[in-house]
Amino acid sequence: MLLKRRVLLKIKETLIERLLFFCSLLSVFTTLGIILVLSFETFEFFKEVPVLKFLTDTQWTPLFINKHFGILPLLSGTFLTTLIAMLVAMPVGLVGAVYLSEYSSLKVRNIVKPLLEILAAVPTVVYGYFALLFLTPLLKKIIPSLSGFNALSSGMVMGIMIIPLIVSLSEDAMRAVPMGLREGAYAVGSNRLQVSFRIVLPAALSGIIAAFILAVSRAIGETMIVAIAAGQQPKLTLNPLVPVETITAYIVQISLGDTPHGTLEYRTIFACGMSLFILTFILNMLSFKLKRRFQEVYE
Amino acid sequence: MNRFLKLSIFGIVAVSLSCLFLAGEVFAASKLIKVDGSSTVFPITEAVAEEFQKANSGIKVMVGISGTGGGFKRFGRGETDISDASRPIKPKEIDLAKENNIEYIELPVAYDGLSVIVNPKNTWADYLTVEELKKMWEPASQAVITKWSEIRAGFPDKEIRLFGPGTDSGTFDYFTEVICGKSGASRGDYTASEDDNVLVEGIASDTNALGYFGLAYYEQNKDKLKVVPIDDGNDANGKGPISPSLGSVMDSTYQPLARPIFIYVSVKAAQKDEVKKFVEFYLKNAAELVREVGYIPLSSEAYEAALGRFQKGVTGSVFGGKAAKAGLSMTELLRMEK
Repeated sequence: MLLKRRVLLKIKETLIERLLFFCSLLSVFTTLGIILVLSFETFEFFKEVPVLKFLTDTQWTPLFINKHFGILPLLSGTFLTTLIAMLVAMPVGLVGAVYLSEYSSLKVRNIVKPLLEILAAVPTVVYGYFALLFLTPLLKKIIPSLSGFNALSSGMVMGIMIIPLIVSLSEDAMRAVPMGLREGAYAVGSNRLQVSFRIVLPAALSGIIAAFILAVSRAIGETMIVAIAAGQQPKLTLNPLVPVETITAYIVQISLGDTPHGTLEYRTIFACGMSLFILTFILNMLSFKLKRRFQEVYE
Repeated sequence: MNRFLKLSIFGIVAVSLSCLFLAGEVFAASKLIKVDGSSTVFPITEAVAEEFQKANSGIKVMVGISGTGGGFKRFGRGETDISDASRPIKPKEIDLAKENNIEYIELPVAYDGLSVIVNPKNTWADYLTVEELKKMWEPASQAVITKWSEIRAGFPDKEIRLFGPGTDSGTFDYFTEVICGKSGASRGDYTASEDDNVLVEGIASDTNALGYFGLAYYEQNKDKLKVVPIDDGNDANGKGPISPSLGSVMDSTYQPLARPIFIYVSVKAAQKDEVKKFVEFYLKNAAELVREVGYIPLSSEAYEAALGRFQKGVTGSVFGGKAAKAGLSMTELLRMEK
């Protein structure tokens, strides 16, 4: 009886272990599957469009008669909105993190942090319409030549969306700085500001940079906001006042329409997806490396 | 097993069973009519659907805006009952329907004066000729013609920002056909969207913008848009530049951008009581509702002819896979229908 029970228990244990193992494998296989499909369709795409053309042509009009397959206009759109987003998110996020980690009382922190996390929980489609219907008309009062769809307002709203990410990650990095460093600085007569910006910030720098890079990769991959508010015109420009199209917005546009499967037009979205994947992959690796370095410093 | 557990299991079973029954009830009570296709035709179908649902509770009408091409692809696979179309069905789409044994009845429901629109602050474009429109939109202009001053001497040296429907749109097909000479022949460097409200929003907020879409979207946003009169260079059908309006479309002087718009009803769907009822309601109330949303109604004779076609079940397209000829007048269309 007892033996039987033990055997049963063992079978149960192995079963559960297998199940857990399978679950973890599932995500690995999904990733592999995505890479495979992306690579296959991208390969087919580059059979018809030379890579050099894809990387250097300054026009992107795959759906029209006068076909051009240059990724540069989409890249410039992505770059522009990301740059604007980071210009908003980096300073605000960093100062917010310094405040939460070095200045605020526990009470304030317990209120402010959940509030910030609410900001992160707002669906991006809401942010998109916030940019289109609220921020753009507001900015138009200051800059009359602003277009209805533009990189500026969508980038700014994207920056607001990313702030919680930067605050939360940078704050973690700063709090991980050993108390001894701060105490040492206070002991030689530094004030709070000096401690924050001359001691804690440099000590947590690699963690903060990792947070920035993650934020950049989040901005590059952001879809809904730019699809709604940045426009749908692939254009090689760094002017934030006119409509642009990002890589993600293009993928949405094609997926919403009825482009027949298996055609060159259809494969453009895989080539775009691949470019996006490579970009964010590199950034994530970079951030991972930096974070590892940062963790080793005080061990 | 303790009592609490038993009780809760009983409770869960009871609740889920009653949910199932309720759901069944709801599904049985409401019949669904699925419509998809042109965003140009959408305002009419939506208005008809609204009135129809008021009069017939228990029947739901779902209207999508995939564009004429997108709509026909779903229609040809048997996914929808009715397809809105701002151009006649194309050979490829006819073949797709044939493959899936979908027969259809073609019914013209209104006329549209496809409108060329600029921002109200645009003071220079008082009119445009067909030639100038071609210069703006033809494929050869891509990345070449980028300023207003390149369209006509005297226009300001400002960047021209173009807005238009995407490649899935029947409006795109018709406009490129009559302006650029070939269906689908358009430059690609403009803001393209199947959703006309995006185009309205874009033009309304940009002084240097120009775009084109169905008349109804202009009529509904008159306060923030400006329509451009078009000169086709042919004095036989009205001298000089002419704006789209009820009168100029009816007497065929708004040329070449006036065009009929349609609904296509699947024969299989038309056998269903609710679809038959809806289409008859559509044709009987179209005249009033078409005018209300901003398009031009056909003559009552034409609606009767269409109703006759539907009730007799006349299948196929009177255009035989070809595009509607530029400047097809209402009387010509009626003759074809009969």
